[in-house]
Amino acid sequence: MSTNEEAVTYKKKDFMSDQMIRWCPGCGDYSILSQVQTVFAGLGIPKEKFAVISGIGCSSRFPYYMNTYGFHTIHGRAPAFATGLKLANPDLSVWMITGDGDSLSIGGNHFIHILRRNVDIQLLMFNNRIYGLTKGQYSPTSEIGKKTKSTPMGSLDHPFEPCAVALGADASFVARTVDIFVKDLRGVIQDAADHRGTSFVEIFQNCNIFNDGAFNDVTDRKTRDETVVFVKHGEPLIFGSKDGPRKGLRVDKQFRLEVVEDVDPENPGDEILVHDETNPVLANLLARMRPPYPVAMGVIFRVKRATYDGGVAEQIKTAQQVPLAGDLTKAIYGGNTWVVD
Amino acid sequence: MATNVETVDSVVLRFAGDSGDGMQLTGTQFTNTSALQGNDLSTFPDFPAEIRAPAGTVAGVSGFQLHFSSNEIRTPGDAPNVLVAMNPAALKANIGDLKTGGMVIVNTDKFSERDLEKAEYEENPLENGSLEGFQVVEVALSTLTKRSVEELGLNNKESDRCKNFFALGMTYWLYNRDMSVTQTWIKGKFKAPYDQANLKALQAGWNFADTMELFHSSYEVPAAKLKPGTYKNITGSMALSLGLVAAGSLAKRQLFLGAYPITPASDVLHHLSKFKDFGVVTFQAEDEIAAICASIGAAFGGSIAITSTSGPGVALKGEALGLAVITELPLVLINVQRGGPSTGLPTKTEQSDLNIALFGRHGECPNPVLAAATPSDCFEVALEAVRIAVKYRMPVMLLTDGYLANGAEPWCLPELDSLKPIDCNIATEDIADGFRPYDRDPETLARHWAIPGTKGLEHRIGGLEKEDGTGNVSYDPGNHEHMSNLRAEKIQRIQADVPDVEVYGDTDGVGLISWGSTFGSVRTAVDAARAEGMKVGHVHLRWLSPLPANLEQTINGFAKAGVAELNLGQLHRYLSSEYLIDMASITKIQGQPFKSSELIAEIKKLS
Repeated sequence: MSTNEEAVTYKKKDFMSDQMIRWCPGCGDYSILSQVQTVFAGLGIPKEKFAVISGIGCSSRFPYYMNTYGFHTIHGRAPAFATGLKLANPDLSVWMITGDGDSLSIGGNHFIHILRRNVDIQLLMFNNRIYGLTKGQYSPTSEIGKKTKSTPMGSLDHPFEPCAVALGADASFVARTVDIFVKDLRGVIQDAADHRGTSFVEIFQNCNIFNDGAFNDVTDRKTRDETVVFVKHGEPLIFGSKDGPRKGLRVDKQFRLEVVEDVDPENPGDEILVHDETNPVLANLLARMRPPYPVAMGVIFRVKRATYDGGVAEQIKTAQQVPLAGDLTKAIYGGNTWVVD
Repeated sequence: MATNVETVDSVVLRFAGDSGDGMQLTGTQFTNTSALQGNDLSTFPDFPAEIRAPAGTVAGVSGFQLHFSSNEIRTPGDAPNVLVAMNPAALKANIGDLKTGGMVIVNTDKFSERDLEKAEYEENPLENGSLEGFQVVEVALSTLTKRSVEELGLNNKESDRCKNFFALGMTYWLYNRDMSVTQTWIKGKFKAPYDQANLKALQAGWNFADTMELFHSSYEVPAAKLKPGTYKNITGSMALSLGLVAAGSLAKRQLFLGAYPITPASDVLHHLSKFKDFGVVTFQAEDEIAAICASIGAAFGGSIAITSTSGPGVALKGEALGLAVITELPLVLINVQRGGPSTGLPTKTEQSDLNIALFGRHGECPNPVLAAATPSDCFEVALEAVRIAVKYRMPVMLLTDGYLANGAEPWCLPELDSLKPIDCNIATEDIADGFRPYDRDPETLARHWAIPGTKGLEHRIGGLEKEDGTGNVSYDPGNHEHMSNLRAEKIQRIQADVPDVEVYGDTDGVGLISWGSTFGSVRTAVDAARAEGMKVGHVHLRWLSPLPANLEQTINGFAKAGVAELNLGQLHRYLSSEYLIDMASITKIQGQPFKSSELIAEIKKLS
């Protein structure tokens, strides 16, 4: 994005479209929509430079509700559309909205490839661990044993851990947040916007119709201090109720995580891990934490890495420095020719 | 010195050997040399799908046929006059095609018992009299090549790899070709000492033919009297790629190709990736689906978007093509057809994807379809496909095939001034007031192409049915019927840009109707039949959807019409259902082009 554009200021409502929102009342998507609109308003990017691309599923109706350029595409294929659009039009701020089924099942292939290429877009994956729009089948993030319409005796599939998949695909930015953690959600979306490369954000999202309470363990106010750790670069990994004794995380000699009880937040000591978002080993440990460990929220991994679209533009720039670059006469009349009189 | 130089009009030459023997390279060198000597020519590379099938077996034989002439020609020829067979398998696979009395040059070093066994010969064909009726020229190619390069200190394997140049040198002598094109090419292509080795082998082959008096005479094929102009030898893949690059330039938009490697379409990806100086973006996607989806994304972003593939890829792209139809975005899908179904015959030619091109998507989902007729015609068809896609805002299917993609012919280069600019008519912020993405041009029914980044034209599109005008999601029954009819009507409106067909030859006798790469064989057969006094006409279709406006009337004018195609009658069935005219179906489905002689026989049946 050019920084020379005249300064643009927007309000959240500038990003609200005139379309009736057709998500179920109480859906977690509303909160995400609201925070995305809020962040867009503050980015200083002209409204016409945003493009929101989605696949298929409840979450993928998102572009219709954003007053920007938008494209509701095909199930699972949004990363490919987003890649093509970004290559065609590198000035755009491209945002991709997807779900757990869209990204990790039918679109698994495209999902890993956009991450490894590091195309400069933001990829927000709403994870509700269920197929909502098709009315309640288990998804690739559903837990084993889950009873759904298609798994009356319980799901047999081992679920994906989305952030670990993203790390496995060499994503340069991996973050996790929750639909109702409004402030953190907004912060992570802002961080995603600021990152160059594919910014992957997993958003725990409640489907109150087909999978209500799927994330109660992390959203329940009574218990969430114990079940969630907010990670921040350079700060110790400490969690637990502020009223009671705090807990910390450390690794043993086998690189296994351990929860340390009674940690003094002012002086946690050397053994408590300090979050380093550039450390892929730590990122993998954090991404996979499940009870009895706290679930990690925030920017889990972030590194600078060349973007694919940047490389494409660079090669073209280099190629155009030769004499007669782009000359059609040279292209057609060059090489071995002969003349018939 | 040749004792005798005879002048001949036309020669069909075929090089055949193991997949690793360099036959494609040898044939290409002979082709380029002949092109620069001014011959008209047509080539037919024919090779197995395996990169190195078991050496010495019939399955591994790779061939390159070249027809060069002092007359205008349109096919690589039915039967070779000369066959170069590098081993018994090549001999076995090709001898049946050789003209009676034709010449076969064989590498006798490869006729050991073991070699014969691999080719499944029970006895040595050089000794059992089975080659009577042909002029057999026996040459110890491997031994002679080895001797010619011995001072360079190459090992056995390395020197043996030069033997294709020895054979090429012999054929250059036989047809009085100028070796300098190949010599220059070798110097640029190979590093020392292999450049020297190949040059020596080439020269040794020439000298051997010259001094050993192997041949009764050598031959001269004078330059053809082609229409005046500047010419270049070109394959269909290259002509197609240049057409796309030209289209991008004429549209003043970036050209974008999304592709996944697939035989025989990969050359389009290879060629276009070399045009970065034109700003061309080539994206090698993770799969066929991503390739077309990225292209549609680029089309949304304002690029001239292309995706290239072959049959299996077209099957995978069907859903995305439907999205391009419903979102009314310009796109060109190139299908370089090959033998199917499934993996089928990856390196062989066929025209069996007409049905999928016309009908192969879910829903009522029409798209325009056009096909190239010759390698050089690919240039013009590429331009036309882009022009129509942009003008009418819809995906266009462009059909070529393996035969066109890999085959070569002299191309009379177009005057650049004659190429019309492509007007993209892109929506600007001037129309922001009251802008509706699905408002249309009343004549073409094209909707706005409003590119992200344009102030005031923010809008959303997608795969859900659209309300005409606003582009809003609509499940309204009447709107869906209206939009379905509208998408079909858009195809019919293209007819205004489709020229009427013209009958070549007689309009009221036997009429042959063809499309795509069979142009050359059908036209050659029609010429031959007319020379024999038969009353025959030829209609060749570039446009398959929409069909030219006067086609029905034209077919009705024939006393008897036949549809010739390399499938089981797909165009025949389509035209029959469109026009309810009784027509004969002439088909071949062997992974090979029609021979003109086969078509002449069909014409006789209809006469």
